[in-house]
Amino acid sequence: MSKISEIEGAGHEGPTLNVAPSPHVSDITFTTKRMMTDVLIALVPLVAMSVFVFRGYAVKQLVVCVVACLASEALFVSMRGRKITLTDCSAAVTGIILALSLPGTAPWYVGALASFVAMGIGKIIFGGLGMNIFNPAMVGRAFVMIAFASLMGAGAYENPAGVVDAISQATPLNAFKGSGVATSVFDLFFGFTNGSIGETSALAALIGGIFLCVRRTASWEIPVGVLSCVAVLAGLADLSAGAGGYVLLHHLFGGALLFGAFFIATDPVTSPLTPRGKFIFGAGVGALVMIIRLFSGYPEGVMFAILLMNAVTPLINRWTIPHPMGDA
Amino acid sequence: MADQPTATERFLQGILPENPVYRQLLGLCPTLAVTNGMQPAITMACSVAFVLICANVVISLLRNLLKPHLRIVIFTLTIATFVTIADRVLAAYLYQMSKTLGPYIPLIIVNCLIICRCEVCASKQSPFIAASDALGQSLGFGLALVSIAAVRELLGTGGLFGYQLLPAAWPDWVIMVLPPGAFITLGLLLGLVNWYSARKSGGSI
Repeated sequence: MSKISEIEGAGHEGPTLNVAPSPHVSDITFTTKRMMTDVLIALVPLVAMSVFVFRGYAVKQLVVCVVACLASEALFVSMRGRKITLTDCSAAVTGIILALSLPGTAPWYVGALASFVAMGIGKIIFGGLGMNIFNPAMVGRAFVMIAFASLMGAGAYENPAGVVDAISQATPLNAFKGSGVATSVFDLFFGFTNGSIGETSALAALIGGIFLCVRRTASWEIPVGVLSCVAVLAGLADLSAGAGGYVLLHHLFGGALLFGAFFIATDPVTSPLTPRGKFIFGAGVGALVMIIRLFSGYPEGVMFAILLMNAVTPLINRWTIPHPMGDA
Repeated sequence: MADQPTATERFLQGILPENPVYRQLLGLCPTLAVTNGMQPAITMACSVAFVLICANVVISLLRNLLKPHLRIVIFTLTIATFVTIADRVLAAYLYQMSKTLGPYIPLIIVNCLIICRCEVCASKQSPFIAASDALGQSLGFGLALVSIAAVRELLGTGGLFGYQLLPAAWPDWVIMVLPPGAFITLGLLLGLVNWYSARKSGGSI
């Protein structure tokens, strides 16, 4: 007894060694706030492009969704009796991603309700940031997509009376699916087309996405999985249609694919933990996107694909548990 | 048997403290399936009330004849008899409603709420106590169905019983009258009832 107290005694001098079980924090600067700030920086090109193409429509959706997300977060977190954590920017990120995934024509209450549901049912009910099973922004979008099918369906993106050129056209995916009209790859790549306000520009999504991957805020395995799977399946569709590469590029640059692959699927909370699992997750998203695009009534399926893969993330995690070295 | 609840206590317990839907989580199939409007919900609640009260009284009268290994069969046969009566009466007098409810009226046969009350109460108590227990439980079930249906119909169509209540500009939340709306509403109301009960009993959730 006296010996132990001697060792642990208050008179002990010299450096102390803290022993704790893993996982260890290897980099204390890698905080939620830093990740969320990275995402906000990466979203700048998309936001700029959406405001450039959709003008007032984009500004309206962004303001409504960000304000509603922050307010809902504050409301629900205080209902749980926790400290309000708006400063980690996660609610702002959800708000911007949600706004970018909405059509410019949607009335204000669509964004407001989607934000409310995203925060309340998508995130706080599960226990807040880090506990949610499904990507909150996509839960909110799915809710309004089903609640207001007439305002969120592919046809609703078009408004012939819109003051912005892009809004008066059909979305590229819908035009292609519905009437076989092809949009030029140049327009798809730079984003001078109709669509959800943040998804139109492939270039902006690539710039932001590569920044995220370089900063390691997003895991590169997920977008690589998504894009390679879509490339293979769209390549097959391309070969069978004999389109000489057009269908492939159309599927890669069209719709929300790049935006979803880099910004939504890479949410670290709702995607698998291991590199192998992340690749499987990405490939699953890509396969579901192509199945929905080619064989369902919807022209686009990024949202449903990500939500479905979110649901199987725990299974992928269990499937890809790494073996410790030396273990059979 | 001295510490058994009296008939009044059993009646009152069914309404909130032992509400079949919110506290016992029994009979959730009709709760989710038919609460997209007030009219189907009330019809369902009345059918369940009829079957539950009749089955409870009959089982209570038979309770001394029941053999333990055959009791579930007897319960099911008794319930099936009254469900068939309810089903035929609805088809004869409320044909449209019977079409709307579809298979959910015949499915009352396997509603675990009724078998539960037969097993827990009716097979051990006198007909009067069994009847008051059934009355309280069916009232609780009805209240649960009506509360869920009210939220869903109001948000989903902007009105109740088909009458517009909210301003005409109200955008109908179509999801609320679809199956996902049933799960969301049930979950949120369940949380609300849990929160209320926890607060009333002075504990925390």
